[in-house]
Amino acid sequence: MSRDRARGTIRRARPRSGPGLGVSSIAALVLLYLVFPILVVIPLSFSAGTYLSFPPPGFSLRWYENFLGRSDWLGAASLSLWIGAAVMVLATALGAPAALALVRTDFRGKDLLIGFIISPLIAPVIIVAIGIYFFYARLGLVGNPFALVIAHTCLAVPFVVINVSATLQGFDERLEQAAMNLGATPWRTFWQVTFPIIRPGVLAGALFAFISSFDELVVALFVSGTSAVTLPRKMWESIRFEIDPTIAAVSTILIVLTGVLFLGAELLRRRSERLRAAVVLPDLPAKDARRGV
Amino acid sequence: MSISQVGRKTPARTRLSHPALVLPLLVYLTAFYAYPVAAMMLRSVAEPGWTLENFRRLFENPVYLHVLWLTFRVAAIVTIAALLLGFPVAYVLARIDRAKSNLLMMLVLLPFWTSILVRTYAWMVLLGRQGIVNQFLLAIGAIDAPVQLLNTSFAVYVAMVHILLPFMILPLYSVIRGIDGNLLRAAEGLGATPIGVFRQVLLPLALPGVSAGCLLVFILALGFFITPALVGGPRDLMIAVLIQQQVELFNWPFASALAVVLLAAALLVFGGFARTLGVREALGRVSR
Repeated sequence: MSRDRARGTIRRARPRSGPGLGVSSIAALVLLYLVFPILVVIPLSFSAGTYLSFPPPGFSLRWYENFLGRSDWLGAASLSLWIGAAVMVLATALGAPAALALVRTDFRGKDLLIGFIISPLIAPVIIVAIGIYFFYARLGLVGNPFALVIAHTCLAVPFVVINVSATLQGFDERLEQAAMNLGATPWRTFWQVTFPIIRPGVLAGALFAFISSFDELVVALFVSGTSAVTLPRKMWESIRFEIDPTIAAVSTILIVLTGVLFLGAELLRRRSERLRAAVVLPDLPAKDARRGV
Repeated sequence: MSISQVGRKTPARTRLSHPALVLPLLVYLTAFYAYPVAAMMLRSVAEPGWTLENFRRLFENPVYLHVLWLTFRVAAIVTIAALLLGFPVAYVLARIDRAKSNLLMMLVLLPFWTSILVRTYAWMVLLGRQGIVNQFLLAIGAIDAPVQLLNTSFAVYVAMVHILLPFMILPLYSVIRGIDGNLLRAAEGLGATPIGVFRQVLLPLALPGVSAGCLLVFILALGFFITPALVGGPRDLMIAVLIQQQVELFNWPFASALAVVLLAAALLVFGGFARTLGVREALGRVSR
């Protein structure tokens, strides 16, 4: 009987599984706060009205037509795409080899160097922006799209280094050893063994680099002058001086575009984790090895 | 010891890497990032002529001191608000099963991925005179005429917390996910109240995530430019906006002095925090 009572007590004291109702509803409200503003912009972009009234008075694609029909908007969008693509290539070319060195070799001051390479992510952008602006102003490079590529690459490179490092951690180097023991040159080993395995991480880093440049406003605000107006810069001017739903249309395009790209990067990252787990030589425990003999 | 473990110890010279591979990036960042920023900071004491005049001007003028104080206050309030709102989300996401939390995580990641400019614009739409918030308040009869919400401190707080919240949720989530659920269940089983479990078990174990999240949000908030510039009023002048104004007025040495103060503040906070409470591990886990 006493045992029964004890069991009863335990059963009564058995905690709920999962979070309680109170904390769950708070979390739901906060999640609503996070997505609501974004969900509001999308219907507004299809508004038939001239103002940002809600609910929209009717459905129309006029603001998308406005975006696609105006050369200043299209010019800004294509410039941003070109700059983003160039930044993606440059940041990957610089960042991926650096990650290889940082993960696989040890040298003095490595931690300090990692901090330096990652610092553009954490340092207030305004500081980097005005530093680069003063530098370019002296060289007469303000308004030069290539100058923007160079500046954006500094801000984009940490994404490549972080993503590639993550894929390299836990990479089974014996695969490369095997290739080289079989007579492959280091160069060939890299391209035929290493690269195929770390490719998802490299691609994810490249996508992040592209988006970071495509979205970048603060540096562009100073450096683009009047001749290299990127999409965020054009949006900034438009938001300040002409509030019509064209911005909502551009914003919707951006939400969808960055959403798709990031989802792609996220899937690549998961894929690289799976791939890394799959392409590992089995660790033969000692007893199995003995059984083999 | 297994055979494979012997093989794992790879001699350094056959490894497919070399420290020199980091050199191109190091040279690039030094030339196009570190040098320009260092030259800008030097400008604050070297123009016109060697002087501390720019800093004297900054610290003697009550207007500029007020901007500094305001910047810190906004950053602190935004950090606390983000912690209070982010903790329940991170806790719930970490304690439900994987499939559900991956799905709900998209609600955190979608805004995180959307550009800051777009999110700030969304708040301008919501908080405007004809905006949804005003129309809602009018409809339920809480107000008789549209109230000014945009270009107020309220707008700055609401939009900044919204934009920075994912930076709080992500490190918290990864730390809480790592906590053994049995510890919480044991505490409950031993008769602790929910608040007791939170204070004596969950919070101490989640502390590295709390400090990493607060650190990220506080430092990012200190240097925020786009949001306060667009949704703030004339009285919500934060230091990054002041820097931009001074650059446009061609007060470059003074703008540089402001930038030095901002950077020093960020580094001080970072240095103070990073040493304590396992921030390093938490940040490492997030970036990985």
